[in-house]
Amino acid sequence: MSEATLSPLPASARAGVLTYLAISALVFVLMMALGLLMRIGQADWLWMPPDIFYQVMTAHGAGMVGISGLAGSAVMWYFLRRYVDLTVGILWTNLALFLLGVVLILGGIFLGGFGGAWTFLFPLPSHGMGAWGNAGAACYLLGLMSIGVGFLLLYLDVARAIIGKYGSLANGLGWPHLFGRGEGEPAPPTVVASTMVLIINTAGITAGAVVLVLILVNLFVPTFAVDALLTKNLTYFFGHVFINATIYQAVIAVYEILPTYTKRAWPSSRVFLAAWTASTIMVMSVYPHHLLMDFVMPTWALILGQVISYMSGIPILIVTAYNALTNIYRSGMRWDIVSGLLFLSIFGWGVGIIPAIIDATIAVNNVMHNTMWVPGHVHTYLIVGLVAMLFGFMYHVAGQNGTTKMIDKVAFWVYAAAGMAFSFMFLLSGYVSIPRRFAEHLPEWVEYSATSSIFAVLVVLAAAVFAVRFLTSLKSARMA
Amino acid sequence: MIQESIMLVTVVLMAVVTGVFVFIAVNAGKESVDYGPVQAKAFGIRTALFWVVIVAGVLITVITTLDLPYAATRGDVAEGAVKVQVEGRQWLWNLSQDSVAADETVLFEVTAGDVNHGLGVYGPNMRLLGQTQAMPGYVNSLQLTLREPGTYKLLCLEYCGTAHHAMMSNFEVTAHPEHAAAANTQGRDGA
Ligand code: HEM
Ligand SMILES: [Cu+2]
Ligand SMILES: [Cu+2]
Repeated sequence: MSEATLSPLPASARAGVLTYLAISALVFVLMMALGLLMRIGQADWLWMPPDIFYQVMTAHGAGMVGISGLAGSAVMWYFLRRYVDLTVGILWTNLALFLLGVVLILGGIFLGGFGGAWTFLFPLPSHGMGAWGNAGAACYLLGLMSIGVGFLLLYLDVARAIIGKYGSLANGLGWPHLFGRGEGEPAPPTVVASTMVLIINTAGITAGAVVLVLILVNLFVPTFAVDALLTKNLTYFFGHVFINATIYQAVIAVYEILPTYTKRAWPSSRVFLAAWTASTIMVMSVYPHHLLMDFVMPTWALILGQVISYMSGIPILIVTAYNALTNIYRSGMRWDIVSGLLFLSIFGWGVGIIPAIIDATIAVNNVMHNTMWVPGHVHTYLIVGLVAMLFGFMYHVAGQNGTTKMIDKVAFWVYAAAGMAFSFMFLLSGYVSIPRRFAEHLPEWVEYSATSSIFAVLVVLAAAVFAVRFLTSLKSARMA
Repeated sequence: MIQESIMLVTVVLMAVVTGVFVFIAVNAGKESVDYGPVQAKAFGIRTALFWVVIVAGVLITVITTLDLPYAATRGDVAEGAVKVQVEGRQWLWNLSQDSVAADETVLFEVTAGDVNHGLGVYGPNMRLLGQTQAMPGYVNSLQLTLREPGTYKLLCLEYCGTAHHAMMSNFEVTAHPEHAAAANTQGRDGA
């Protein structure tokens, strides 16, 4: 299609983006296999020592969140590069720091025994109780640090480039047009989204770095006192922002690719700009919904956590999803694996935030917090939302638009159906109060995991098809 | 049980969203029509939808925040509540007593001795009745009235290491509240 010729990527930039995506495709399938392993363990089909289960859980969580960040940033970089002058060297530097981080994380987990979960809640890293020691914990934390530094560099480069072209971050968010009658065209959707992401992720990663340093110092100087509630706030602020930012980057693929199918413009309207500015603020202020069961937190913060969670549904559902649906309706668009996956991804995102928002109600959180309800909504919008978006983008980059292969069709329907069913099994498990993060389940819970495992196998297989199709069509991918 | 209502609302809303997406998907590939009128109509509907959502959101917020679980932690404790001190440790619960009488209001004063834990109170049917975080250096107070006699379970609901899933204690709720009142004043040690 046309856009590659519109603004050609230099060969090294193209190679960079494709490398990001190839690694992502492989890691997604691998991490899904680890997820399946956990579910099978919970189903009692396979006995796994608990320390191994929790190592796998830590690897799955950190691996999925990290690779989602990497793949999301590839989407953003690929499209943003058409509007602003990004530094190719930084793209590669980020990848190098990411891979270094992966090595440290895997070493910390599987050699050092670290199983403190991807959220490494203080003071658990220093309390391995024999399962892991300070070396394993430090290795894991330094790995996260390395990945954080890489991303920080990437987003600073994005900031530099956007400010260089548009004058300020406020202009990047389209504020002159949102709040007044700005001259000319507002910044296009890709720039608006990238500006939002660089703002929230810079804040999020900085908070993450602070808490990592606090914990690392405390590991080796235990007298260095750190407050458990403060670190919890910082950790969830970082975690919430980072995982959310992945989808706010990936959705750029929808803004850029869908209109080429519908032949209808998707400009930065005022509502669009308002939605993104609102999301910028809300993604950063909503994290107290992770602390609703911390009764000592100030009441106002917790109520705000509920209220802002409710409000965050508006830009996602009645702006982004609604605009996508309006754009598609009676457009005569052609369905193929790219448009199919992108459409599915908006559905997954929209439908997944419903149990998430409901869970942010304090009265609900009372009986749902840290039950399987949480992985329930998380997996709905990550598997059926985010990952579908990313694979849709991969097929697009690999030039598969317009192809109609039976294998893609089958994989698509299996992925969509099994992805929803797998996620819904988590919700159902939360409904019957099965706790999350339990290596061993009570006998009455086992059947939920067993059913779930069958759907998980299907998800892994379908994702493997997507990944193989992407990797094998890479050679023929348009070289611009 | 509140879980039933939560599931019902969730399924209904998810079904509505699914219905809308299916409707659009079915109509996407049909012969294309002019975008202008489609947009105008859609934006009209959206404005209405926006206000419906706002009004509903405000109402739901007000209703659901009338009764928050935080009052006891702020000192607003029910009269005659039985206080049970709970300390989470890797990997057991230290309880100042491990039984109360049915219909008594229990105030779990929850803290942790090492890492973060979470106290989840499960009824005899193994459904979650309420929870609060157990944190080193802080005390969260969870107030519950346990109506049904039977064996309740205290599970750990915050990941705390290798035996997190094994951190379960029994908590007995005995019948005959009139007899139990006397027993409680003597206290009981159930570490
Ligand atoms: C076939 C696909 C997948 C399977 C079978 C799977 C399975 C699991 C399981 C069993 C858990 C632990 C549940 C528990 O708390 O007991 C889990 C947690 C998690 N999963 Fe997945 N998952 C899949 C896909 C994904 C994807 C695509 C993502 C993100 C992009 C993801 C992110 C996470 C995260 C962040 C956690 C939380 C880890 C923690 O609690 O520390 N998963 N998953
Ligand atoms: Cu515990
Ligand atoms: Cu625990």
